[in-house]
Amino acid sequence: MSAPSVEKGIRFIREQIDAPVASFFSACVHCGLCAEACLFYTQTQDPRYTPIHKVALMRRVWESEFTLWGRIKSALGLTKPITEADFTEWETLVYDGCSLCGRCSLVCPVGNDISGMIRKVREGFAAAGHAPEGLIGATTRAIEIGSPMGVRLPALQAQIRHIQESTGLEISLDRPGVEYMALLSSMEIMNFPEYLEAIARILRQAGKSWTISSKAFEATNSGIQIGASDLARVLVQRIVDAAEELGVKMVISPECGHGYTAIRWDGPNLIGRPYKFKVKHILELLDEFREQGLIQTQGLEEARLSFHDPCQIARKGGVVRQPRALLGLVAANFVEMSDAGAMNWCCGGGGGVSANERADALRLTAFKQKKAQLDALKVDTLVTACANCRITLEEGLEANDMNIPVIGLTEMIAEHLVETDRIEEKSA
Amino acid sequence: MNADELLIWARGPGFDLALLVFVAGMLLRLFEILSLGRKRDLAEGRGCGAVGGLRTILSRTLPRRSVFLKEPLRILNGYLLHMGLFVAIFLFGPHIDFFKAWFGLSWPYLPSGMVDAVTAVTLLSLTVALVLRMNNPVLRLISTSGDYVAWVLTFLPLLTGYLAHNHLLLPYTWMLALHILSVDLLLVAAPFNKLTHMFAFLLARWYQGYQAGYRGIAS
Repeated sequence: MSAPSVEKGIRFIREQIDAPVASFFSACVHCGLCAEACLFYTQTQDPRYTPIHKVALMRRVWESEFTLWGRIKSALGLTKPITEADFTEWETLVYDGCSLCGRCSLVCPVGNDISGMIRKVREGFAAAGHAPEGLIGATTRAIEIGSPMGVRLPALQAQIRHIQESTGLEISLDRPGVEYMALLSSMEIMNFPEYLEAIARILRQAGKSWTISSKAFEATNSGIQIGASDLARVLVQRIVDAAEELGVKMVISPECGHGYTAIRWDGPNLIGRPYKFKVKHILELLDEFREQGLIQTQGLEEARLSFHDPCQIARKGGVVRQPRALLGLVAANFVEMSDAGAMNWCCGGGGGVSANERADALRLTAFKQKKAQLDALKVDTLVTACANCRITLEEGLEANDMNIPVIGLTEMIAEHLVETDRIEEKSA
Repeated sequence: MNADELLIWARGPGFDLALLVFVAGMLLRLFEILSLGRKRDLAEGRGCGAVGGLRTILSRTLPRRSVFLKEPLRILNGYLLHMGLFVAIFLFGPHIDFFKAWFGLSWPYLPSGMVDAVTAVTLLSLTVALVLRMNNPVLRLISTSGDYVAWVLTFLPLLTGYLAHNHLLLPYTWMLALHILSVDLLLVAAPFNKLTHMFAFLLARWYQGYQAGYRGIAS
């Protein structure tokens, strides 16, 4: 692989320009309304965080190379070439000041998918050697160790052993021929192992056979966040190989936002073919179990609670109805926050921002958007379905002296699950 | 060249040429976009891309509530200037006579006094758009010289049309000639600046809506 350079960065940006991108730049009237959709702008009032401004380098490549007028200007020497200094200047806007939440894409009056373009332009920044250290480290660990947080198989095995000993639940690794292969995020293995216990209990009660692959248990994909499709492909391929080797019918994406869009939408496009298995987010699956009567719950949470829609699951994943239906089973005092669902505000930690230490202060500033939503609600508990949102929310709440516990929805369902002594596994 | 000669040139060969550049230029821009193509989405879909594309073409005409509440002036002004331009261009009697002579199509028009009033409001609306662009920090940062060129190109035909109709500033024939010349200029330049949004917005909405429809997500 050639060394990072400005030329390589420009080439990678050029390769990302397709008909949709060209139509987006041709349609943009510079109205600036996308800024009002972006929490990094609304909370800093710094115009540089205007979403369309973040893809200015891509616009320059498009204009000078893909339009007649731009080519004439370039030939006459009227185009300013992209330099190292440009990559340096835009690096923090593209990585630190964007969580790829996609809210800007939904407000653009001409219909530009700006967030999609920021994802694309990151390919150029990574190729030019202008990605943040934190994300480079996470991606390197993901490729070399299999986890962006450096979580190795023994750590997972230890968590499994712990759960098996304390609950008597059986969690098998590499069991072929089962119906489901569950993925986990490192964050869940290390910080929220209650998720693993929850799915073990729910799948057992539903009579479903399942397993975890020792070769591909990690759901997150740092390659997508940093903008390195070649590395993203390697990470997806591991999951695909494992799932197809085990012969599972479905891969369950865990409570991880970008992990879901990575395996659900990006994956087949990265490896260049459709999967031989289906992919569902755990909330989609739980809601199906609810509809099919495979799980029942008892008791209600009396606390006033709300649901934080993870951007990648709600806005980009289309899983909006399911968490509400599930909360309807267990929550007596559920309230929606303003802009809930597809227009929800990001926690600020998505798109690799939480893995980028350099962006910590900016992320906490952007969190004020979520704080404003929560201040208006006065809830006792916040429920979500993404481990990265959860840790970002917890940090933000703590930094603002807000005492609101954050709970994963799957875990909450498991707490209210009606469990019977012996459930026979139905064959796959 | 006197006023009559200029008027004859502007509405004759000048307009012919401008229209040719406009049509050829817009087709070129369309080709520049479509020829890049796009990869098929290999992920298993949940819905129909085409339905999503058409839905977004319509739905994106209305603003999201939360953004509207933050920028009501900018958004309402946007509607106003687009509707004003539509009325001034397509519902003014002499314009329709002109279209009929050129393309053989005609349709009902509004009383000229009403179009005149709408034009005045549209000029004001364009002025508000310019003031916002020059004073709002976000707009100032993302604006290019092309934005100001496009503004001038749009403002001039409207202004000269208004002045000609009201017999202001210059003798009528001169002002009418300038009006048609400014239209010629607009037609020639439109394919090479952001005025391409007049067709590209349909493609942009279609592409985003198509993906959203296919994936079963919001757009």
